Amino acid sequence: MSDSLLAYHCVSLNRGAGHSSVDIDYTEIMVEWTDKERSTVSAIWEKIDIDVIGPEALARVLIVYPWTERYFATFGDIFSATAVLGNAKVAAHGKVVLKALDSAVNNMDNIKATYNDLSRLHYEKLSVDPDNFKLLADCITIAVACKLKSALNPQAQATWQKFLSVVVEAMSSQYF
Amino acid sequence: MVEWTEKERSIITSIFSSLDYEDIGPKALCRCLIVYPWTQRYFGAFGNLYNAEAIKSNPNIAAHGVTVLHGLDRAVKNMDNIKATYAELSVLHSEKLHVDPDNFKLLSDCLTIVIAAKLGNGFTPETQAAWQKFLAVVVSALGRQYH
Repeated sequence: MSDSLLAYHCVSLNRGAGHSSVDIDYTEIMVEWTDKERSTVSAIWEKIDIDVIGPEALARVLIVYPWTERYFATFGDIFSATAVLGNAKVAAHGKVVLKALDSAVNNMDNIKATYNDLSRLHYEKLSVDPDNFKLLADCITIAVACKLKSALNPQAQATWQKFLSVVVEAMSSQYF
Repeated sequence: MVEWTEKERSIITSIFSSLDYEDIGPKALCRCLIVYPWTQRYFGAFGNLYNAEAIKSNPNIAAHGVTVLHGLDRAVKNMDNIKATYAELSVLHSEKLHVDPDNFKLLSDCLTIVIAAKLGNGFTPETQAAWQKFLAVVVSALGRQYH
């Protein structure tokens, strides 16, 4: 069985004591990572220049999926590929977004809790459709593939996509 | 009718004119089988697919990857009528091969990554947009004759 498959452990914590008549059932979902997967994610992350890949990934999102422009109304001209690629605000924001992946790389065993606040922010304040997290994840992967080329071999791609899908799920976790 | 700008047409034909089918086809199919392991179920007759190394060295997979990639040639030559071009192939995948149409998107994503890795910086955002549009039309045409 390929170790790229997600393995979930469900741990049920019954917190009846101390909560009077209410039994609160918490179900914790733990994503499991092999040592190989952990080192693959770190190795890829180390090779990523946030200042280059961040702007590139965000630019790709705006160009390939133009409806995402609606989230950046204050950024000025983002209505052509040339404009997006030369836009300083897009570049700056790309760096901010990619830098936020750092927390996930450094907290692989607790990605969900790590992104609690960011998820809530995107839901309540920014009103971002969570489908867009997947689009950004795809563009990050493509930018990484362009940079690393054959170094992003199939197994590395599988691990990297597993990592990003956990991040995407965490970012969607506080919606509703 | 899907509309294509001159720029989009030339991006697509340019990528295909410099494509090494014997290299890219196998790579894309292998990637699909490794990254999305459930797709291995369609290749039960192909021999050893037990791990990534076995998949990458399996000659049946390699040959089939070339076949699948050449299948895209028809779309490149008939960009204004991709839907009709793939009517038969769609029926084949639905009625004979019983392939879940979601898998077309998975294979197209893997092909995109292989092309991106090959072109590097040449796979600009604009190129990506045209390429993904082309593959989305192909995927849609292949899913058209289901049900």
